[in-house]
Amino acid sequence: MEEDQKENNGQRRKGISRRGFIQLVGAGAIATTLGDVSKSSPVEAAEAAEKGEMVHVSLQVNGRRHRFKVESRWTLLDVLREKLGLTGPKLGCGRGECGACTVLIDGQPRYACLTLALEAEGKAILTVEGLLRDDELGPVQKAFWDNDAMQCGYCTPGQIMAAEGMLRVNPNPSLDEIRKGMSGNLCRCGSYAHIFKAVEQAAKLKQTV
Amino acid sequence: MSQQNPPFYSDEQTVPETPDPGSAPKSWSRTSMVGRRQPRVDGYELVSGKAVFPSDISLPGMLYGSVLRSPHPNAIVKNLDTRAAEQMPGVRAILTGKNPEANIVWSYPGDVKSMLFESHCRFEGEAIAAVAAENSYQAGDALRAIKVEFEVLPATVDELKALQAGAPRIHDGGNRTKPPESYQRGEVSRGFTQADVILEHTYRTECEIHTPLERHGCVAKWNRDRLTVWQSTQGVYRIQSQVSSILGMPLSKVRIIGQYMGGGFGSKLQADKETIIAALLAKKTGRPVKLFMSREETFIAAGNRPPTNMRLKAGVKKDGTLTALDFTCVATGGAYPAGGTSGVDWQIKDLYQCPNVRTELSDVYTNACPSRPFRAPGHPQGSWALEQMMDALAEEIGMDPVALRLKNIPAVSQARSGNPPYTSTGLRQCLIEGAKSFGWREARRAIASSDKDRNWRKGVGVASGTWVAGAGGPPSTIIVKLFPDGSVNLNMGASDIGTGTRTVMALVVSEELGVRPDLIDIDNADTATTQYATPSGGSKTVPTESPAVRAAAIHVKQQLLAMAAEELKEKAASLTMKGGTILSLNDPSKKIKVTDVAGLKKQGIIVGIGYRNPNPANRATNPFAAQFCEVEVNIKTGEVRILRFLSANDSGRVMSRLTYDSQVIGGITMGIGFAMMEARILDRNQTGKIVSGNWHDYKIPTAMDVPADIVSVPIDLPDNEANTTGAKGLGEPVTIPTAAVIANAIYNATGIRLASTPVSPVMLRRALAAKAKETSQKDELK
Repeated sequence: MEEDQKENNGQRRKGISRRGFIQLVGAGAIATTLGDVSKSSPVEAAEAAEKGEMVHVSLQVNGRRHRFKVESRWTLLDVLREKLGLTGPKLGCGRGECGACTVLIDGQPRYACLTLALEAEGKAILTVEGLLRDDELGPVQKAFWDNDAMQCGYCTPGQIMAAEGMLRVNPNPSLDEIRKGMSGNLCRCGSYAHIFKAVEQAAKLKQTV
Repeated sequence: MSQQNPPFYSDEQTVPETPDPGSAPKSWSRTSMVGRRQPRVDGYELVSGKAVFPSDISLPGMLYGSVLRSPHPNAIVKNLDTRAAEQMPGVRAILTGKNPEANIVWSYPGDVKSMLFESHCRFEGEAIAAVAAENSYQAGDALRAIKVEFEVLPATVDELKALQAGAPRIHDGGNRTKPPESYQRGEVSRGFTQADVILEHTYRTECEIHTPLERHGCVAKWNRDRLTVWQSTQGVYRIQSQVSSILGMPLSKVRIIGQYMGGGFGSKLQADKETIIAALLAKKTGRPVKLFMSREETFIAAGNRPPTNMRLKAGVKKDGTLTALDFTCVATGGAYPAGGTSGVDWQIKDLYQCPNVRTELSDVYTNACPSRPFRAPGHPQGSWALEQMMDALAEEIGMDPVALRLKNIPAVSQARSGNPPYTSTGLRQCLIEGAKSFGWREARRAIASSDKDRNWRKGVGVASGTWVAGAGGPPSTIIVKLFPDGSVNLNMGASDIGTGTRTVMALVVSEELGVRPDLIDIDNADTATTQYATPSGGSKTVPTESPAVRAAAIHVKQQLLAMAAEELKEKAASLTMKGGTILSLNDPSKKIKVTDVAGLKKQGIIVGIGYRNPNPANRATNPFAAQFCEVEVNIKTGEVRILRFLSANDSGRVMSRLTYDSQVIGGITMGIGFAMMEARILDRNQTGKIVSGNWHDYKIPTAMDVPADIVSVPIDLPDNEANTTGAKGLGEPVTIPTAAVIANAIYNATGIRLASTPVSPVMLRRALAAKAKETSQKDELK
């Protein structure tokens, strides 16, 4: 573990930008995923675009490929919401503080409001809508519903994606690990105690599926 | 089976007796559905991402609006040049106070007026101009291209300095919103002479900002003279009445829709300037306009809980009898009258038996954003003072803090004229049952005998509270529709602000008709299609709406049973319903399925209408709460860990247990934020600007900051005198005592009394160091 840490830190110094660093959701996620993100840092690959110039971007969202023409400054979140019409990822702050926009990018929970659409080019993006099989809820969604892990529900899609991402790398999280994994997502209604229960149940449900 | 019986009904459930038309229903003696742990009826929409919140609305041709705001807390707009902005790509309209249609007076309480776009900006965040553009990026570009020339004036953002001689005047009449407000009963000076112990302390609470996850705003669309607004709001009818009066339109031409909304906590009870601005931009461009504040704007232009400066002097006899309470408070609701001191003294006046009480409240103008109601306005602030004082008094007279509170439980509402008795009061049970479930005595004993050499020290605390409202009351109109296949639609104007309103109301309909709650479809919060409701605030939605829902469901039953009675040749009074079948209590052979009732098939629908009856006269109906918590404090670093919390609530009948518990944990979580981390910080000695205007600098609780162990102990006391469902409000009482409970637990752990929120490790560390120094000096003197 200690060695992994060292290696990750080394890579962080080498490649990752502050922006890329902040995009990662939750303090817990940072330790486990830093290496992967810096390896595939998209910033270097992107061509410089003039202000106002429209660029093509191709995104794979919930298993389907879509092509869009947007200004290079458009965030992934705006493309998902405004161009694709998805209502799951929400805009809570637009500055990487609340996590309402959390989606999985190549399996990792990320803030879509701090990710440029161009940065997500060629990556697999999963939103809360992508957890549904037809109309059937996925295990994390089901556990959130059963445990009333929501009140107004606005942060809920983001919370669910953060939990989904955490459970993919850590199928049996302790309460402490759940707290850390969910710490990048704010819930102003204050449903955390029920969210902990929901994530515990989701971990069990996922193993029986 | 499902072929014969529609699958809509619960077979086991006999519905409650149906009263004769015109007579009131009996209170439920037992319930099958109400009070269950029913997962939210709208949970699927919320977890699937399919719920469409107002900020999710996207319409063909929709433009994006944005508001230019004053960056100064006190400044006059000398010149506004929009020429460059008008030429920007994608810009479709710019609106300033110069546009005749925007020449709109904006009224505050007490007849204080400003303009929609005000040229004298009295707070950072005041609206100056607005744009509409093809997308939000272009709208932002245009805003930045507007050139504004300000005359920057000296600002006063400190409410105590605002009262000093020579302070810059915020309005012509001076810096008080009104003369100090006073209240008196008995004679406090006499009370203090009767006391064995008198204590006096000052307290401060910092300004708290609502910051719901969904930002404030709307989408506005015109169809010639008809305006539709999708607004993130706690009350569509309130918005409709404000918009129609401001724009001079008939109510029938203003439609407000807000089925889902992403949190409000009191900040979304009113129409915002943004609502009107969006409507004007939409009118000007002939296109729908979406206008939501940015997150940063919500910190400076969407209200807050006013900061308070309080002083409390209290007298108590050795046996625990309170003899006098003397309270003063200076607070600020910002630059316009906004209730800076509302509710602050209610705990002092009404929570405990005390014959001699005096309060004086001073509401002061400052150059800061006007306040808005925030979850139990004033109450957590007053509780911060009173409940820490009760704890200190208990220690002084050597009494257990729970026992001191039990000693002073009032039978009547002392602060109301005529001292009306409460329809129900469970404060005693809250304290007793709460202490028992928490293990109060054992925990106190264990802490008293614990090892004092450890760095981490444990402590427990208690506090109680009451909420000034929570009774609900008229008006409310509800419609319940029964279709010929036995399925049901519930139509109500009220918003579900996350409190589980839809779920509660579905359980009420289910209780009365026997229909499965998940099969009751609910339309709500739309002024064109649902019935009048007051906004969801004041913890009054359940006690207001649930009796009306019950009345509407009963009205359906009365009509259905009358039809069945005719067909069965039986008296309606002899009929009952079970599992979707109507049967005679006298003759078991006489029965008919709901779906076979010919009258219903012929008519196509039964519409039941329910109204909310008035509350009983000369009675007070209030919820009560007692909370307990255990903390651990590191006396070297000042860190605080909140280990566990318990809330015992008397909110009348428990209507829906799962959403009830959610409100309890939510109120505690918000109270933890108020106590431990939340503070709007203004640059008070220099620019007056906000320096904690985002969620990085203004901390709210995260998953790392709250205990997993939060126990909800409902004191399930149906208040049958209050209304026909026996429910009282819950959402606000659950956050009133929370901060004081934590303060009392920290005292128990460290011996440090906390004057101000938020309790940071730095503040606590300083106090601990000062205390250590004091102790060692005392030791030296010995």
